[in-house]
Amino acid sequence: MNDAPVIQTRGLTRYYGAKAVVQDLNLEVMRGSVFAFLGRNGSGKTTAIRMLLGLLAPTRGGGSLLGCDIRALTPAVRARIGYLTEEHQLYGWMTVREIGEFQAAFYPRWHPKIFTGVIGHFGLRPGLRVKELSRGQRAGLALALTLAPDPELLILDDPALGLDPVARRSLVESMIYLTRRSDRTIFFSSHNLGDVERVADQIAVLDYSVLRVCCSLETFRGSVREVLLRFAGAPPPLPPIPGLLQAFRTDHELRLTCVHYNRETEQALRQLAPVSLELPPLGLEDAFISYLGERGEKSFILAEPEVES
Amino acid sequence: MNFNIVISTGSSTPIYRQITEQVKHAMATGKLTVADQLPSVRALAESLVLNPNTVARAYGDLAREGLIESRPGRGVFIIRKRRVFAREEGRRRLEPLLDALIGEAMAMDFTPEELKETLEKKISQWKHQKGAEDR
Repeated sequence: MNDAPVIQTRGLTRYYGAKAVVQDLNLEVMRGSVFAFLGRNGSGKTTAIRMLLGLLAPTRGGGSLLGCDIRALTPAVRARIGYLTEEHQLYGWMTVREIGEFQAAFYPRWHPKIFTGVIGHFGLRPGLRVKELSRGQRAGLALALTLAPDPELLILDDPALGLDPVARRSLVESMIYLTRRSDRTIFFSSHNLGDVERVADQIAVLDYSVLRVCCSLETFRGSVREVLLRFAGAPPPLPPIPGLLQAFRTDHELRLTCVHYNRETEQALRQLAPVSLELPPLGLEDAFISYLGERGEKSFILAEPEVES
Repeated sequence: MNFNIVISTGSSTPIYRQITEQVKHAMATGKLTVADQLPSVRALAESLVLNPNTVARAYGDLAREGLIESRPGRGVFIIRKRRVFAREEGRRRLEPLLDALIGEAMAMDFTPEELKETLEKKISQWKHQKGAEDR
């Protein structure tokens, strides 16, 4: 088994004029993972993906895909990568069947079974003309065209954009189906955290062009905690708490969101002499929003703890 | 096996824990009993539309707690629960749950007597159910 990362970047940076769109991005995506690339609109995700694929030259830094330098991706390496963009460029006058046959001619490893399987999954009849398809059907067709060459690495740039819930579920099912082969890697950007929760095992979060999180989904959920302190009277002023993201106060309560909550944090909070201290569970979406909120420290990055090997 | 797992995303309970909790609940209420078979990791992942690693993690936790066993080539089965935590460790894990329960009850203006009564009622219900299952 090849343990080298499928995607690796070092200090990947891109400026547009004086503005850094992606800043010092260091990513590692291991083979077999389902990696969600998250961040708000305009945080630099698409720019980063375009650099990964060699479609846009980095201002600084670099990286590799399947072990090949991203500035010099060969056609042979590209043939092992499936890439699905936000906008699906398809010939409107062709039928679904024709566009499949047309595309197949470009790929040595084309699997008609995968193609018909995916279009069937999206409820597409082969005789339909592309220009008559709905948005969800077009997405299904584009996905079928991307999956049929059986790519080792699948890169999806916001594949769920504009899809209705049924089409989106079909998309997620297709992604899960792909994980049947444990050597297949999926790297996808998304705003739908429900989908992310279902399929992803690793996440990275870009915020204002800087990588702020790169770890497993579970590590992220475990690191961002909500703390609820109840007081007999009005809550006292809050001392500096390391890793504090947000604080809300009500008449008798202080509700904090912290990252890297640990024994020291708890001791510092106990000093405030609350009547009770609780750690209510926090959903992924709330954790994500707190983490990317306007307030709070921005100086740390959430990563997997270093493991001695 | 009339047992059905329902997953909700966006919940404050991680998905792997939704699975373990629902399996435990089904065992507690007799919907799952010893020797019942669970779907394979792959089959459950595909039917619930989840990353197989999430299901594998849930099954791993259940196996470590001595509730299920994976028999290679045959499947995943419910086995008889054995005590996996020393009493001391068990108490340590129970403590925060009790704190949360009492905190919530206080916030909802339950008196200690009312809480005690509710708890006793629940325990006798549970004993009754368990008795029926053991017979």
